[in-house]
Amino acid sequence: MATKANRLEILKTYKLYIDGKFPRSESGRHYLVKSKNGNGIANACLASRKDLRDAIVAARKAQDAWAARSAYNRGQILYRIAEMLEGRKAQFMEEMIAQGYTVGQATNELQSSIDRLVHYAGWSDKYQAIFSAVNPVDSSHFNFSVPEAMGVVGILCEEKSALIGLVSLIAPAIVGGNTCVVLSSESKPLCASTFGEVLHASDVPAGVVNILTGSRAELIKTYASHMDVNALVFDASGESLKTIQSEAAANVKRCIHLMDDWSQAKSQSPYHIMNTQEIKTTWHPIGV
Amino acid sequence: MKKDKKEHALNFETPFQYAPAPESTAPVKLKERYALFIDGKFQAPSKGIYLPSINPATEETLALVAVADESDVNKAVKAAANAYKGVWGKLPGKERAKYIYRIARILQERAREFAILETMNGGKPIRESRDIDIPLAAAHFFYYAGWADKLDYAFPGRKAQALGVAGQIIPWNFPLLMAAWKIAPALATGNTVVLKPAETTPLTALLLAELIQEADLPPGVVNIITGAGETGAAIVRHPLVNKIAFTGSTEVGKLIQRSLAGTDKRYTLELGGKAANIIFEDAALDQAVEGIINAIFFNQGHVCCAGSRLFVQESVADQVMRKLRDRMSTLRIGDPLDKNTDIGAINSKEQLQKIQGLVKKGIAEGGDMYQADCSIPKKGFWFKPTLFTGVSASSTIVKEEIFGPVLSIQTFRTADEVIEKANNTPYGLSGGVWTDKGSKIFKVSKQLKAGVVWANTYNKFDPTSPFGGYKESGLGREGGLHGLAPYVHLV
Repeated sequence: MATKANRLEILKTYKLYIDGKFPRSESGRHYLVKSKNGNGIANACLASRKDLRDAIVAARKAQDAWAARSAYNRGQILYRIAEMLEGRKAQFMEEMIAQGYTVGQATNELQSSIDRLVHYAGWSDKYQAIFSAVNPVDSSHFNFSVPEAMGVVGILCEEKSALIGLVSLIAPAIVGGNTCVVLSSESKPLCASTFGEVLHASDVPAGVVNILTGSRAELIKTYASHMDVNALVFDASGESLKTIQSEAAANVKRCIHLMDDWSQAKSQSPYHIMNTQEIKTTWHPIGV
Repeated sequence: MKKDKKEHALNFETPFQYAPAPESTAPVKLKERYALFIDGKFQAPSKGIYLPSINPATEETLALVAVADESDVNKAVKAAANAYKGVWGKLPGKERAKYIYRIARILQERAREFAILETMNGGKPIRESRDIDIPLAAAHFFYYAGWADKLDYAFPGRKAQALGVAGQIIPWNFPLLMAAWKIAPALATGNTVVLKPAETTPLTALLLAELIQEADLPPGVVNIITGAGETGAAIVRHPLVNKIAFTGSTEVGKLIQRSLAGTDKRYTLELGGKAANIIFEDAALDQAVEGIINAIFFNQGHVCCAGSRLFVQESVADQVMRKLRDRMSTLRIGDPLDKNTDIGAINSKEQLQKIQGLVKKGIAEGGDMYQADCSIPKKGFWFKPTLFTGVSASSTIVKEEIFGPVLSIQTFRTADEVIEKANNTPYGLSGGVWTDKGSKIFKVSKQLKAGVVWANTYNKFDPTSPFGGYKESGLGREGGLHGLAPYVHLV
């Protein structure tokens, strides 16, 4: 990035976000992130399978407590993320432009990302009412079904966007009480890494969102076959789609295959929250 | 006067004897052999292979049943695809509804015949097939019939579209009920069906095929083909099948999930379980003991949601064990067609051997076994109600689904401890909680990672109530509003 003549600029080190901390990859590896015309912009961590497993452990540890937070509280925290992102627009703009966005594209994507967080913040205490049911069983029982978080969700972000693809998948997962382990776009990882800092400053408890940057081809199998990941939300096609869905059978992992243009307003929906919810039904006799 | 009184005094010294009360098999008119129900007609299998289907209580052959191979599967799927394109997919919801209502009504009328055949083919007590399986199957059709013209209300903000052809593979523990669970929501949402009943229990599904003819359902809307695993695999592989609904073991479920990888096919899996049934010291213990019995011995324990891991709070463990043994001594095991029978026959020789093998392992690993003192018939497949104590989380019989009348018992001290123990399994289908304290029910039921929780009751089912598992017990729900989603595409 451009430097003023009389001062050497401090370059940012882009790191992983695991368990509320910002480590480098345990492997010590990194890769060069390039601009549209092939110039190096920055180094990003090349996360290893061990980093992924560590992140899954952190996500599992955080999940019960996060799901136990009140819906109101989770909504407040999501709204807080939107506030923090709004306040750091300039930095995200700069990173997007460095990664090939025009000013107009970057502005649109950033605004949509902030609005998307606000949208899902508002769902935190409403989707349950819409997707629950009191079931009129033909016996003397009170019976109801409610959505409940699936647990730990793996998120493989689309390649083409720097931020909106990430935000559009993280928000519905965590608003429903899941924790997640996210792999950012491989070629556009800078905003993902910086988004970790936004989360960190937004009262999101450690481990609720973990963000990795690195090679999808290298990590995809571990994501899909890991026994302590309950669901996988991803965008994939061809062989990698087959690999994910096939390895996922190891623990009957829920595979949510989404391909969408996340910049569109219609790509936000409470059905995305429901993608990572289980339905629990409880029976109790009525009597004295 | 005095003498008279003495003669009529009740004598509690000896157990009550029950006179035999067998249900007549007269209403069931079995054919010698059953072909495949494809495109509204019974058609002979292309290879001409038929295998006997037996009564597990007598080992007698009831009928010969066709084995469908790949070409038969292809024929059935094509019939379903044509029916979807030509008729069913275009039919307004209210007309679909009337067909499904018709099926429900005829099933209610012919309930007795279905119940008797279900018991003959599967070995379950007539009390259960008569009072649970068949009425619930009819209720399921009745419930989903009503949804057919109301789908716009089921998915707020979205429109539901049918998927096309649903391939459905069902197990042997609730043969007709599982067929209803699968067919009713598929038809209501506008899909057509290729259903494969289990190898050992195809007869009520074939009777249902006759009923569907009687209901004048358009040809090809429901196709019912029989066979074993290879037939099921051919359905799963078929390129014109848009959705797979499977109920069965976790092992086969994983194979199906793997084989569907990379395709656009949707799927729901309802797989195995190893449910915790938790008895707190403040529970109504006599009711809880009835609940334990129902949780594990209902349908000979051939229930994916059976309460097969019992956890009793330490302070009442001795008392519960005593009551449980007393209650077990009154269970009547024997002729499934006898109206007094509590526990019928094990579904197949293969399943009996599996149960025997696991129980042997339970003893070898140091578990203490207790079996009800009862006699069992000489012919047929039987297993006595069985308890194991002295087991732990690492015991094979605590970890693995036995799918038989075998209960493992452990104790606990605190709620947090038992929640951790209950969730310490890859399964997550169901659970039971027994306590008189409402707040405790909500705490425990919320933390159980399971799709169905019965509080102060167990093994209750209803068409309006969604059923299905967390974790390796499967994915998707069947029943209720939530049971519609797996059969539709939302736009």
